Amino acid sequence: MALAKLKSDATEARLVGVTLPEGAAWSNAARADALARVRQMGLPTKRDEYWKYTNPSELTAAEAPKAAVFDAGEVPLFDAVDRLKIVFVDGVFDTDASDELTGEGVEIERLADAMAADIHWAKELYGVLETRGQTPVERPLAALNTALATDGVVIRATGKVAKPIHLVYLHKDETSDAVLHNLVKVETGAEVTLLENGPAAARFSGCLEVEVADGGSFHHVRAQGRDHERRTVTHCFARVGAESSFKSFTLTVNGVMTRNECVLEIIGDDAIAHVAGVCVGDGNDFHHDDTVFITHDALNGESRQVFKKVLRNGATGVFQGKILVKEGAQKTDGYQISQSLLLDDDAQFLAKPELEIYADDVACSHGSTSGAIDETALFYLRSRGVPQYDARNLLTLSFMAEALDEIADPSLAEELRDRLEGWLARRS
Amino acid sequence: MLEIKGLKVKLEDEDKQILKGLDLTVETGKVHAIMGPNGSGKSTLSYVLSGKDGYEVTDGSAELEGEDLLDMEPEERAAAGLFLAFQYPVEIPGVGNMTFLRTAVNAQRKARGEEELSAGDFLKEVRAKAKDLKIDADMLKRPVNVGFSGGEKKRNEILQMAMLSPKMCILDETDSGLDVDAMKLVADGVNALRSEGRSFLVITHYQRLLDHIKPDVVHIMADGRIVKTGGPELALEVENNGYSDILAEVS
Ligand SMILES: Nc1ncnc2c1ncn2[C@@H]1O[C@H](COP(=O)(O)OP(=O)(O)O)[C@@H](O)[C@H]1O
Ligand SMILES: [Mg+2]
Repeated sequence: MALAKLKSDATEARLVGVTLPEGAAWSNAARADALARVRQMGLPTKRDEYWKYTNPSELTAAEAPKAAVFDAGEVPLFDAVDRLKIVFVDGVFDTDASDELTGEGVEIERLADAMAADIHWAKELYGVLETRGQTPVERPLAALNTALATDGVVIRATGKVAKPIHLVYLHKDETSDAVLHNLVKVETGAEVTLLENGPAAARFSGCLEVEVADGGSFHHVRAQGRDHERRTVTHCFARVGAESSFKSFTLTVNGVMTRNECVLEIIGDDAIAHVAGVCVGDGNDFHHDDTVFITHDALNGESRQVFKKVLRNGATGVFQGKILVKEGAQKTDGYQISQSLLLDDDAQFLAKPELEIYADDVACSHGSTSGAIDETALFYLRSRGVPQYDARNLLTLSFMAEALDEIADPSLAEELRDRLEGWLARRS
Repeated sequence: MLEIKGLKVKLEDEDKQILKGLDLTVETGKVHAIMGPNGSGKSTLSYVLSGKDGYEVTDGSAELEGEDLLDMEPEERAAAGLFLAFQYPVEIPGVGNMTFLRTAVNAQRKARGEEELSAGDFLKEVRAKAKDLKIDADMLKRPVNVGFSGGEKKRNEILQMAMLSPKMCILDETDSGLDVDAMKLVADGVNALRSEGRSFLVITHYQRLLDHIKPDVVHIMADGRIVKTGGPELALEVENNGYSDILAEVS
């Protein structure tokens, strides 16, 4: 009881002075409901089982810790891609910097506009998948996002969307505390690519709800910025229909605290859902957590979780991943791999892979490894004349290849690979 | 070309002496063979010459064209012209064979102050050499040695050798795990590289490879030393009588 009291006190401390954004009746109700759920669950603490490896205190603190603004001095990611660009500065939509919100096969609106409309498809999605994703494991920070989100976009793909939609998250204020919530609805047979990049704010909470209808395809590539001091928590909730495809890849470079949760539900037969990520971290204060929960609730589903972490200098990586195969979800093919490459003895990787299977005709596999550079391979490369430093970098990149291969568009994969090469080169 | 004098090598972590005063000179343009029973230290010799960790040289020297090999990093030895075809080629998941080859070729050119090969020239050269070794485009695309059969791995070693055109080629049991056809391919690949300026040290347990790659000199190695040196007829002696007679004779 003492613990519960502590938790509710901490939660109330976070909520002091908080006002919910106003919109149409349905959106006010969704936000109020989310806030009530936050109060009922309480914000997470490091005592929670689900936060055993990651201390959420900086994510739940009433005030966001400061984060210096970082100028990478390089061409922004995806700059050369022919895309529809939507810019947020410290979590606020920037009309001037953004393209017009129109595109072939797609409807795009600012979240606030959608939430102000009395009748809007967003009603069926906003906070809905998030709420579903609260069982069997509670994710109070996602509910907090639903309650507080001030900006974001809602995207409805009705056909094959020609250009990727690119959300650019700039960070210019060292005290900013941004809460963004995005919705993506992929209609039957439609296809869309969503790109996201940038640190977003000193502290950032991002929530993405994605509904992929039968035969739809959602392709997501995201990079979380090179800022060293940022704190980030993101949630992606997705529900995918029959013969649909969902693919999400995240690159994390630097940052002190990152928790990326992905909650996926396969509800239609013959669907595929892949989530992958690469993180590279350097230094004692780097902490990166991937927490994934994939539910198979249909026939012949294929899911993949591929996570690779390169850690050095006391950096910490965490992976919590689960495949839940419900009764009747026969012929499920579930694959999960989480691996870390520890570039020195100080770095650490904590992994909790889980399988829970209630169907008898499934093929699920999972593996988790943690290791150093393969000395035999290193010698092989050097014996061919490749200098030690280049050989190490080549092996490090090759370690990440399986995750990068999950990016369907090779030019996007190549661009991220180049950035990773840059990160390694800066640490020579 | 290669001059080894009184080489003594022990394991770094263990009190185990493997090479016990080995002398060997390979002249420029010649093909030398080393034969010897398993465990005599043949692979250790090849590793020590190419700079693998885990061994400690306690005495002796090894020079490549007058340069102290033992003082160089592995990549420097490679750039100086040394090449080892591994007994057990290493698999490198995630690194494409082509990328690997190009990285290696250009790294060596750079180390020697030469210009890098353009992508086009490189491709042309690889394709031609791969064709001779019956290495198909798919094998070039796949990650280095991953999922390759034993024979494919060995052919891939020879392809690397051909692309890097080293001065001193060491082949460690390149015949092991090869059927007759594959052995012929590998031997043809090696023979095509024979030239006045290039030397070979062919390590093998069996005589059969030497039917295809005719050596100028044959050495018998036992217990960390060269115990007997002769012409190609020495290989035939081993073939006919095994090692025991020779070993008994020299002990
Ligand atoms: N890294 C090592 N660790 C332990 N023993 C080794 C190692 N390398 C070589 N040896 C031992 O040294 C001896 C010679 O091995 P090796 O050079 O592989 O012989 P060969 O190639 O002639 O068969 C063997 O007894 C082998 O077990
Ligand atoms: Mg051997």
